[in-house]
Amino acid sequence: MRRNYHLLILLFPVVFWLICFFLLPLVSVFIYSFIERGTYGGVRWIFTLENYERLFDGLYLGILWRSVSTALVCTAACLFLGYPFAYYLARYKPKHRNILLLLVVVPFWTNFLIRTYAWILILRTEGILNNLLGVVFPNWGPLELLNTPLAVQIGLVYGYLPFMILPLYAALEQLDMSLLEAAQDLGASPRRAFWHVTVPLSLPGILAGSMLVFIPTVGAFLTPDLLGGGKVSYIGNVIERQFKTARDWPFGSALSFMLMGIVLVGTVLYFRALQQSESEAT
Amino acid sequence: MKRVLEANIGLVYLFLYVPILAVVVFSFNSGEQISVWKGFTFSWYAKLFEDAALWRACRNSLIVAGVATVIATSIGTTTALAMERYRFRFRTALMRCLYLPIIIPDIVLAIALLIFYVQTAIPVGLISVIIAHCVFNIAYVTIVVRARLQGYDNTLEEAARDLGANEWQTFWRITFPLIAPGIIGGALLAFTLSIDDFVITFFTAGVGYTTLSVHIYSLLKFGITPKINAISTMLLANSIVFILLFLRFQGRTTTSQKQEI
Repeated sequence: MRRNYHLLILLFPVVFWLICFFLLPLVSVFIYSFIERGTYGGVRWIFTLENYERLFDGLYLGILWRSVSTALVCTAACLFLGYPFAYYLARYKPKHRNILLLLVVVPFWTNFLIRTYAWILILRTEGILNNLLGVVFPNWGPLELLNTPLAVQIGLVYGYLPFMILPLYAALEQLDMSLLEAAQDLGASPRRAFWHVTVPLSLPGILAGSMLVFIPTVGAFLTPDLLGGGKVSYIGNVIERQFKTARDWPFGSALSFMLMGIVLVGTVLYFRALQQSESEAT
Repeated sequence: MKRVLEANIGLVYLFLYVPILAVVVFSFNSGEQISVWKGFTFSWYAKLFEDAALWRACRNSLIVAGVATVIATSIGTTTALAMERYRFRFRTALMRCLYLPIIIPDIVLAIALLIFYVQTAIPVGLISVIIAHCVFNIAYVTIVVRARLQGYDNTLEEAARDLGANEWQTFWRITFPLIAPGIIGGALLAFTLSIDDFVITFFTAGVGYTTLSVHIYSLLKFGITPKINAISTMLLANSIVFILLFLRFQGRTTTSQKQEI
């Protein structure tokens, strides 16, 4: 009895906080997504499915596709850059390895807003990149890089690369090197050993890293806003506009729910793949 | 193959650090243009001291982060203790629910809280921002403290109880000192995340209440001046101090655990 009483005291604050300030707010988004918008930016408590019907408008499906494909390209780019990086780091001399790892963690701790702003400094028409190229090639016509989908893509890869590297490193560091030696002793070429031993064994890291990159990038608002200049719309920006300028909260709620749906599908696929890789490993 | 890997390492580090270094270097630039080098100066830093709006935003950020850290660290620690010490019916459900706020895109959490505040007539401003920051910080603190609680042995606590200490004494004399590095690490992480948060603050602060991140955002949107480079450099320096402190506590965790073994 006494133990139960202790557990209740320990759990009360977190349960209270989660119900009041997380679950109830999510429920209110859900309810808002089914009501009508008022004339002057408020809401009218009349049930409607119109907000969800609007989602299937060609315009919003296009924006949705852009967000999802951008997030997928970003995940692939992070994997492409991060995998060899984590692989090399996991085999580095232990003495210097921690410092190298620390250098990956520092960006994770620094302000995301500032790290995004740094790319404005580099990519602007009179930015660092164009100025440097102008010095090397005197006839250089400045490239318009900022406020393009490319700038958004670079900013997202930059912002989320550490989220890919860290789980990959954790998976590759635990990798049993004797398995690779065994594969090579049995006549496998290094390439074959890599694809048939290293990659399957590091799959949990690949999956975790991909999740950690995909989810925040699909709903990203700040990077497209600052580096895309609002010229190209992503789902995060459309949601922001519904709440800040357009004042169509019900439609913004429906968009948010769709975004949650995409994230949920991603999470389910992740757990499926993880289970599969675990059952194959045993 | 080794060459390719080494080239990749170098490229990734360049990619990660050139932008940050660019901000730092250009904070000492005397030109009026943010990215055209003219000469060396400290004047942008001097101008920061005269900027009343900046200091107000700075003070707000410190208050929000301070209060949110205290609340989130307390709740996160009790949650971690419950998770690690007890087996109860809804444990897995609670765990999933707890990590959900940091898994869903932050814009969704932000607008959910905004709608909730409007519905319940909770005024947007200081209080609403603190509540919102706690939602994601509780999860992070729980993760860090749980890591510390895992792989520490309960025999010390049992010994204390055998020697006649009550549970309250056992907690403060044995458990707390042992998990303190984890709690401090969690608090440092929560404080940093709170100071750096933009999206959730932007939506839950309402008009007129500005934290440092929101202040920088409005500077970026409505007229970029080289002063932003100086503000950013100060914040970068601050982050680096915090990460070093965090690692010191985490480092102490691992070495003391090794000593125990």
